[in-house]
Amino acid sequence: MIDYLLTEEQQMIRDLARQITDEKIRPVAAEHDKSEKFPWEIMKVMAQSDLFGVYIEQKYGGLGGGVFELCLATEEFSKGCAGIAICYSASALGAYPIILFGTEEQKQKYLPSIAKGERLAAFGLTEPAAGSDASALQTTAVKQGDHYVLNGVKHFITNGGDAEIYTIIAMTDKTKGARGASLFVVEKGTPGFSFGKKEDKLGIRASSTRELIFDNCKVPKENLLGKEGMGFIAAMKTFDMSRPGIGAQAVGIAQGALDEAVKYSKQRKQFDRSISTFQGIQWMLADMATEVEASRALVYASAREVDAGKKNVGVHSAMAKLYASDVAMKVTTDAVQIFGGYGYMKEYPAEKYMRDAKITQIYEGTNQIQRNIIGLGLIKESAR
Amino acid sequence: MNVIVCIKQVPDTTEVRIDPVTKNLVREGVKSIINPFDAYAIEEGVRLKEKFGGKVTAVTMGPPQAEMVLREAISLGCDDAILVSDRAFAGSDTLATGYTLSKAVAKIKDYDLIICGKQAIDGDTAQVGPGVAAMLDIPQITYVRKINDVKDGEITAERSTEEGYEVVQTKLPCLITVVKEINTPRLPSLKGKMKAKSAVIQAWKAVDIEAEPDRIGLKGSPTEVWKIFTPPARAQGQIFQGEAQASVDQLVDSLKGLLY
Repeated sequence: MIDYLLTEEQQMIRDLARQITDEKIRPVAAEHDKSEKFPWEIMKVMAQSDLFGVYIEQKYGGLGGGVFELCLATEEFSKGCAGIAICYSASALGAYPIILFGTEEQKQKYLPSIAKGERLAAFGLTEPAAGSDASALQTTAVKQGDHYVLNGVKHFITNGGDAEIYTIIAMTDKTKGARGASLFVVEKGTPGFSFGKKEDKLGIRASSTRELIFDNCKVPKENLLGKEGMGFIAAMKTFDMSRPGIGAQAVGIAQGALDEAVKYSKQRKQFDRSISTFQGIQWMLADMATEVEASRALVYASAREVDAGKKNVGVHSAMAKLYASDVAMKVTTDAVQIFGGYGYMKEYPAEKYMRDAKITQIYEGTNQIQRNIIGLGLIKESAR
Repeated sequence: MNVIVCIKQVPDTTEVRIDPVTKNLVREGVKSIINPFDAYAIEEGVRLKEKFGGKVTAVTMGPPQAEMVLREAISLGCDDAILVSDRAFAGSDTLATGYTLSKAVAKIKDYDLIICGKQAIDGDTAQVGPGVAAMLDIPQITYVRKINDVKDGEITAERSTEEGYEVVQTKLPCLITVVKEINTPRLPSLKGKMKAKSAVIQAWKAVDIEAEPDRIGLKGSPTEVWKIFTPPARAQGQIFQGEAQASVDQLVDSLKGLLY
């Protein structure tokens, strides 16, 4: 691995996340994949080790790092189990809108418990009829006195049902289209807020994915994040920050699969020798390793750019998410190939990496949407 | 409630070599860790602090590099750490080590409970903890698997025995040694690690703890190692497989063969 010149603090984060992965996550990864049980015991360990607060300011109980620190931890966890890792990083996705657009009061109210890992957060944008087309949102928020009344259904929400704090996008003015969307914090237990069934998924099965149902759900007006009408922009800014995290998850999945493939190729004997002695296998491994390192470099660079407070980080963070997730899909598929028939069996670790990798090409904006962002960025750039 | 945890730096892995001349463990070039049983002692001390308040002080006797395990103890939740280190301590056996640690504890003074691991994985003697208690003339409960209660200046604990367990009650201050059933040690926290990095570790020499010169180090160590040997490997057991009745018959026959 390239030396990315981490600070002592960043090394501590990576080492601790690695220790948690090796000692706590790996032994239970296959079991959670099978049972789909939410990994509360691991969340508790991560919380006790202060890792939920790595990207949150110190004055709210965090460690004062940023997206890069979150990426370091997410990558390590993802080597062991991407499903467990996403329970951790999806909480950050729910917290980012509060960090970016919350008032001092809102930050004081929600961030300390998120930083301590006492409460998980989640982000709710996607609806049955609004995926890539986020402007087709149906969920409404109507102001009535000192409340907003929310109605509608969000679906495919990571940490749905298990999180306590939800940042939700709803239409405050449908006539304005995307400019009529607003962002709210809704706490679990609010009357009129309930959950649908848990989805049965291809991968990241340790994580929970549910519908959020709002049925005349009254939310105090203090829970509006930012101003009315800026919900869509807020969501885009949130994704600009969160995409490197998905990239880091993809890097972790790919690295985990590569490590297993290298190990297996040395053990597996065919034609009286380890298959790692064959150039065909070595070249596959070499390509895999090179692509993983390239995606890591891109993810780290884009995370550092976000943390440095640069403007217009969207194109680079889209590149990081796009490239790392495509690499993860390819590398994990090749890892299954190196494992041969064993790779197709659940008894071996390869197939789970491949199933887990697929979602990274889909969520937080499909890779086709990422290409739209990059393409549009190129055209804007050339018009200057 | 103030707790003192006595910990030891031990070589990791089973690659332990013994110096053929001195008959002592060769510690150079081997990665060092906190004695695994002491990790349970640290965790129990930190849990008591979280429940009753007070502080946890980790103490170790060893060479200067033993400071590393004290920093690790801080990252796991200990508040203070003391390194008892002096050339004069070199060659200490369990008696001299028990004496030295008891003098360090006496200097700390303000404590309610001392916790040690049941034994160290290098020497495996299980003598130092009880030795410290004896020299301080305080009660001790060894092989504790559960602390039932701490109140009104008394502690009630379950101690493991070969047949089961005993419930023992005694007055504080006292010393307990713990077995691995007592808890699951936590992993370090980031804040703990950062605190450990900048923590000032107090270093005490023989004069600081007012140790009598002929009770420490080689001079204070009557133990002599006569011989070191690898015990013969146990013969492989025999497994009778197949139908239950046939296996039982085979087993009975082979037992008869042993008897006659």
